[in-house]
Amino acid sequence: MNAPVQTAEARELALAGMGVSRLRKEDARFIQGKGNYVDDIKMPGMLHMDIVRSPIAHGRIVRINKEKALAIPGVHAVLTADDLKPLKLHWMPTLAGDVAAVLADQKVHFQMQEVAIVIADDRYIAADAVEAVEVEYDELPVVLDPYAALLPDAPVLRDDLAGKTSGAHGPREHHNHIFTWDAGDKAAADAAFDNAAVKVSQHMYYPRVHPCPLETCGCVASFDPIKGELTTFITSQAPHVVRTVVSMLSGIPESKVRIVSPDIGGGFGNKVGIYPGYVCAIVSSIVLGRPVKWVEDRIENISSTAFARDYHMDGEIAATADGKITGLRVNVIADHGAFDACADPTKFPAGMFHIVSGSYDIPAAHCSVKGVYTNKAPGGVAYRCSFRVTEAVYLVERMVDVLAQKLNMDKAEIRAKNFIKKEQFPYTSAFGFEFDSGDYQTALDKVLHAVDYKGLRAEQAARRADPNSPTLMGIGLVTFTEVVGAGPSKMCDILGVGMFDSCEIRIHPTGSAIARMGTITQGQGHQTTYAQIIATELGIPSEVIQVEEGDTSTAPYGLGTYGSRSTPVAGAAIALAARKIHAKARKIAAHMLEVNENDLDWEVDRFKVKGDDAKFKTMAEVAWQAYHQPPAGLEPGLEAVHYYDPPNFTFPFGIYLCVVDIDRATGETKIRRFYALDDCGTRINPMIIEGQIHGGLTEGFAVAMGQQMPFDAQGNLLGNTLMDYFLPTFVETPHWETDHTVTPSPHHPLGAKGVAESPHVGSIPTFTSAMVDAFAHLGMTHMDMPHNAFRVWKQLKAHGVNL
Amino acid sequence: MAKKLITVNVNGKAQEKAVEPRTLLIHFLREELNLTGAHIGCETSHCGACTVDIDGQSVKSCTHLAVQCDGSEVLTVEGLANKGVLHAVQEGFYKEHGLQCGFCTPGMLMRAYRFLQENPNPSEDEIRHGMAGNLCRCTGYQNIVKAVQYAAKKLQEPVTA
Repeated sequence: MNAPVQTAEARELALAGMGVSRLRKEDARFIQGKGNYVDDIKMPGMLHMDIVRSPIAHGRIVRINKEKALAIPGVHAVLTADDLKPLKLHWMPTLAGDVAAVLADQKVHFQMQEVAIVIADDRYIAADAVEAVEVEYDELPVVLDPYAALLPDAPVLRDDLAGKTSGAHGPREHHNHIFTWDAGDKAAADAAFDNAAVKVSQHMYYPRVHPCPLETCGCVASFDPIKGELTTFITSQAPHVVRTVVSMLSGIPESKVRIVSPDIGGGFGNKVGIYPGYVCAIVSSIVLGRPVKWVEDRIENISSTAFARDYHMDGEIAATADGKITGLRVNVIADHGAFDACADPTKFPAGMFHIVSGSYDIPAAHCSVKGVYTNKAPGGVAYRCSFRVTEAVYLVERMVDVLAQKLNMDKAEIRAKNFIKKEQFPYTSAFGFEFDSGDYQTALDKVLHAVDYKGLRAEQAARRADPNSPTLMGIGLVTFTEVVGAGPSKMCDILGVGMFDSCEIRIHPTGSAIARMGTITQGQGHQTTYAQIIATELGIPSEVIQVEEGDTSTAPYGLGTYGSRSTPVAGAAIALAARKIHAKARKIAAHMLEVNENDLDWEVDRFKVKGDDAKFKTMAEVAWQAYHQPPAGLEPGLEAVHYYDPPNFTFPFGIYLCVVDIDRATGETKIRRFYALDDCGTRINPMIIEGQIHGGLTEGFAVAMGQQMPFDAQGNLLGNTLMDYFLPTFVETPHWETDHTVTPSPHHPLGAKGVAESPHVGSIPTFTSAMVDAFAHLGMTHMDMPHNAFRVWKQLKAHGVNL
Repeated sequence: MAKKLITVNVNGKAQEKAVEPRTLLIHFLREELNLTGAHIGCETSHCGACTVDIDGQSVKSCTHLAVQCDGSEVLTVEGLANKGVLHAVQEGFYKEHGLQCGFCTPGMLMRAYRFLQENPNPSEDEIRHGMAGNLCRCTGYQNIVKAVQYAAKKLQEPVTA
C-alpha cells in the first residue's frame, strides 16, 4: 500500500537529509548521563593499572626495587622493561618508523617517561603502589634545545641507535638527527631569490602545545585465555589501526583481536597514537588473565601523550617591487622529543607541511624540515589539523604579512594580488599538490564588506594618531587553504595500510537502515551527518538510520577520524555504498512496476514511472520486496559495502578577520571581533558545521593567546595541569561570527571537503596577524605566540608605548 | 583501610555505604553507585566535568570526599529528568547544539541547573561568568550560552497544569 500522497517538498523535509540543520541523533544519551566512555566501563574481576614515571629528563636507571610495592595488600604485579623483554614488548615500533620504549629500558629520555607499571585491585591501591616503587637514577646531561642537540659534542640521547647512519626517512647526519625531508624545487627557488627585487625573511617559533581533550587517554584490556581472544576498549581515533598493530605486536591473530572505541571525550589528535600505557594494560591482561583498566590523569596526559607543533621555522619570500611573490623558501628544525612518534602518513615525516605555499600562485618554492631528538616527550600529532598543516599555514600567512609591511602594502591587497585565481583550478602548486577548487577573491570581498574593512582601517589610523588612546588596535587577516582528506593510497599509508575509508549499509525489510563505518566520532556528530547523507541518497528518513562506528568486530576496516578526513573520505564511501544500493533498488522497482529501468525517475524517496505520477514504488516498498520476493536473477537483501580510495585530497579554505584592542597598561588583549568565513564545499549539516567552527576557533584562540609547554633547564615541564596549561573558559572566549561560501570539490561524490580543522588552522595566524598589526606602525613585523598579557606587556614596554 | 558508614541521598534515594575515608565523591558516585554521568577531567577542580549538586550548591566532586556528604542530598545528571521528561537545561543543550563530545555535558548541565536558580534571568555576561568554572574543549561555549538562555526562558514560562 502506498503512503498518503504528499508533495515532493514535504517528503524531502521529512527525510531530514543533506543540507538540513537537523538536531543530533547522539545527544539523548549525553544529556542524560548515559554516554559510554572508556572509564565508564567495568568488567567482572577488573584490575587497575598505574604507571611509575621518571622524575628526571635524562638518566640511567641504576636499580628498581619493587618489594615494598608488592607487599601492599591488593597489589598483583609490578612490571618493568626487564619483565617485558622476554615478550619482546619492552620497545615498540612507532607510526613514524622509529621505535619507542614501552617501559624505560636502562635509560629514561624525558620527564614522566613510563618506567614501571603496577596492577592492583583498585585505583587507590595502584596509586599507593606507584609511590612505593623505588627507582634509583644516575642523571645525564639534558638536551632541550634542538639546535644544541645538533652540535657535534651534544650528549647522545638514543644509545639504542648507536651506529645507525640511516633511519626510516633517509640518512642521519648526527647522533641526535632523525631525518631531513625536502619538497619543492630548490634550484628553481634559489633562482627566484637570485633575481628578486624584494626579499624578506623571518624566523618564528611555533611553540610546543598539547591537544588536551577533556577526556584523557585510557583503555580496558581483557584477554580471554580460554578462547585466546583479546578485547580492548580504548580511547582511539583509529581503532582498526590499533587492531593491526596489536596483532603484529602480540602475535594474536587479527581475527581474535577486538578493539572498540566507545564514546570518546574529544580527540583533537591526542588519541591517534599508540601509547605505552595501552600496550602495558594489554600485556597485563594477558599475563594476569583478568581485565585491566588504565586511565591517565591530567598531568600524565599533558606530560607524556602527544604534544603538537614545536617547529622552529625560517621563512623567506622573494617578490617583485609591486608585491607579486616569485619565490618561497622554508627551513624548519622540528623538535620531535625522545622518540619519533609523529602520527603522519608513512612517506611524509613532516606531514603535509608542503601546503606551505598557501592560497598563493607562487612559481618556485622549496622547503626542508629537519627532525631532531631532544629530552622531551615524543609526539608531534596533528592538533586539530591535518598533519602539520597548521604550522605551514602559520608560516606562509605570517610571511605574506611581513612582505606587505616591507612594501607598505595593505594585507588584503597583497593577498588578492597573489591568489590562485578561480579560473586556474585545478591548480598544481610548486610543491605538487593539485588544488581541487577555490574562489578566494569572492570570499575575501565578502568578508571585507561584512566587517567594513576600510572603516576599520580608518578607525585604526585615528587611534594611532591619538597619543592618549588607552589601547592599541590591530587588524588581522588570513586567507588560508588547507589540505585534508588523507588520502590517496598511492601517496598515503599508515604502516603500509592505504588511507582509504569504508562504509557498509544494510537496508532492513521494513525500510529502516544501519550503516557501519571505519571512522569514529569524538564529538563531530557522525551519527547525524552520516545518516543525513544516506537519507538523501536513498530516501530513508535520517531518524531511522543507525550509524555504528568504532567496533572492529562489526565495522569495515577504516583508517579512522583525524585530519578532517571523515567527510572527505568516509562521507564519499557512504555515498558510493548508497549508490550501489540505489542501483539494485532501481532494478527491483522496475520489476515491481513492470517497466524498464530506464523508464523510472527517482524523486526524493521513490522510483516513479516517467510520465505517470500515480505509478511509483518507495524505497521502503522496494526494501520489502528485496527480502520478500526479489526479481529472478537478483540476490535477496539490500546492502552494500564500499571502500573509498580518494583520487586526491580536498582543499577547503577560509578568510578570517580579527580585530584586537590591546590595553597599553596591562598588555591584556580584547578580541573585539572575529569574523570567520569558511568554504568547505557542500554543507551537510550547517548546525554541526557551525558548531565545529566555534570549537576550532576556540582551540585556535587557546593556542595563539595562551598555550605553551615550557621547560626549565633540567627538563621539568612547568605547565602540566589545568592550573597552568591554558584552556579558555566562557569568560575569555570571544564571540564568533561565522559565514560561508560554497565551492564544491569536483572530485568528491558529494562535493564536500571537510571543515572541523580549518577554524583551528586559520584562526591561529589571524590572531598573530592582529597582534603584530597593533604594533606594525612601531616597526614590529612578527612576535611569537603565545600572546599572553605578560609577553605582550613586555612588547609594549620594548616599543615605548606602555602606559 | 578502615571504612566509614555514610548515608547519602542521591537523586532522591537513600544510599547507605561503607567507604574509605579517602574515597573521593566522584569515585563513590561512579564506582560504588554506577552513576557514570559525572566525569573526571583534571583532578584539580578546574574543568568542572565532575560537577554535581550537593544541598543546593554546585560542587566539583573530584576534590570532595564522599564522607563529607554524609547526611547530604546529592543530585547528579542522572536525576535531572523527571519521570522521563527532560529538564529545561537538558532540552536547551539538545535544541541549541550545546554539546559535541558530551564529556563535559553532565557537569555543564548540573552547573546550569544550579546557576539558573541563583539567577533565573541572566544576561549573556552573567551566564559566561556564572558558568566559568566548567570547561568545554569542543563547542567554544557560544551554543552553551544559547542553551542556558533557552532553559532560562523555558523555566520562566507559566506551568500548564
